[in-house]
Amino acid sequence: MSNVPADLRYTKDHEWIKVAADGTAVIGITDHAQAALGDVTFVDLPKVGASFGHGDVFGTVESVKAASDLYSPVSCEILEANSDLNNSPDLVNREPYGGAWMIKVKVKNPAELAGLLDAAGYAATL
Amino acid sequence: MSDTLSRTPLFALHVELGGRIVPFAGWEMPVQYAGIIEEHMAVRQAAGLFDVSHMGEARVRGRDAAKFLDGVMTNEMSTIKVGMARYTVMCQPDGGCVDDLIVYRLGQEEFLICLNASNAPKDIAWMRAHVGSLQVEVLDECAAWAQLAIQGPQAEKILALVTSTPLAAIRRFGFAHGEVAGAAGCILSRTGYTGSPGFEIYLPAASAEKVARALLAAGKPHGLVPAGLGARDSLRLEANYPLYGHEISERISPIQAGLGWTVKFSKPDFIGREALHRQAQGGPSSSVVLFSLDDRRIARQGAVVYSGETPVGEVLSGTQSPVLGKPIGTALIAAGHAASATLTVDIRGHRIPLRVSVEPFVK
Repeated sequence: MSNVPADLRYTKDHEWIKVAADGTAVIGITDHAQAALGDVTFVDLPKVGASFGHGDVFGTVESVKAASDLYSPVSCEILEANSDLNNSPDLVNREPYGGAWMIKVKVKNPAELAGLLDAAGYAATL
Repeated sequence: MSDTLSRTPLFALHVELGGRIVPFAGWEMPVQYAGIIEEHMAVRQAAGLFDVSHMGEARVRGRDAAKFLDGVMTNEMSTIKVGMARYTVMCQPDGGCVDDLIVYRLGQEEFLICLNASNAPKDIAWMRAHVGSLQVEVLDECAAWAQLAIQGPQAEKILALVTSTPLAAIRRFGFAHGEVAGAAGCILSRTGYTGSPGFEIYLPAASAEKVARALLAAGKPHGLVPAGLGARDSLRLEANYPLYGHEISERISPIQAGLGWTVKFSKPDFIGREALHRQAQGGPSSSVVLFSLDDRRIARQGAVVYSGETPVGEVLSGTQSPVLGKPIGTALIAAGHAASATLTVDIRGHRIPLRVSVEPFVK
């Protein structure tokens, strides 16, 4: 069974988001997503300062089998992209909720967070 | 084609071993167990065991068997020695490929042919349609045989632990009849589709699970792992072996695919000879090249190849090469552009320079 931590929020597209009290958030993909992709070979992430709307494609994760788009769970501005993934894309397979976080963002419209799934809701989609 | 998927005799074992099952060529097959890259490297460094029971088999026998095969295959069949196998293509009159195959000579008048899974019914119908007045019969033995491939530098040592058949006596593309793990009636062939040394074993379907378990148990201390179709694809691409439906197909001839060595114009006649000869003389309109990319993105099947701003071809296969640590692939390129130094491939709007390779990435 996939690991679905209780303290995160989720999208149906298998992204997770961890929201901090200061209005920033960290975003990555779930354990289920990394298992379905198989060996990840490349993660294409946006530049700092770029803005994305809710549901926009913010990057691509590529595995031996296929390339998959990454969807922004909320409207946001990029504060940081995880440069560790340049040299170690396999972190996505090993630490999907830790070392393989993908982007740190400023959440533009906190009301959108209400539309995300909690752990039980996401687990029910798997 | 039926929409129900077939299962090999090893289906339950794949599930037990944690294989991820996907539909492939009408079969439910494991694409991976532990992971494609790990399985790939196990084959390059130790050994991997593949279930290739989805592959088809046909027996061709009769007084005119060799003459018949010389007429339907591009390679020379009548000169194969008993106990040896040969790779060949079977072509349409226009030079397009019906299939690529390995032909084993069991006797003076008897051959066993290994067919691609998705092509097996078509191949058998094609051969039967071309028997004419010759004394030959084409038997469908797809259901009778299972196939295992044990590949990698440790493969021979591991296989020797479970068979009394003297393996050292089997040359490359040679084979022997024998038992494996107590299962009689096997064919042990020093062939493979990975670019690493090893064997392919044809065995009675009912014995497949017993033999696979015996090999996995004997091989475990030597690094043998079960390997799926994902690793099989990345291994064959590093070795520049064609896959039907990608590098060769009904629209890509063996001449275009760089398999001219399998086409023997010295034979007086065979299906496709005229069209293939024209291509060989005048040069084909397009040809297949092997490439690598100095990038992290993989160029997938269908990606467009450009020379400057002109589209000149498309990607046929693409994957990550675990040995090189970068993407590799094949592309069909229009005549006159294959040697161009300015080829690029479009990957999601990025133009990545394509590095054409004359040599396979592993030998």
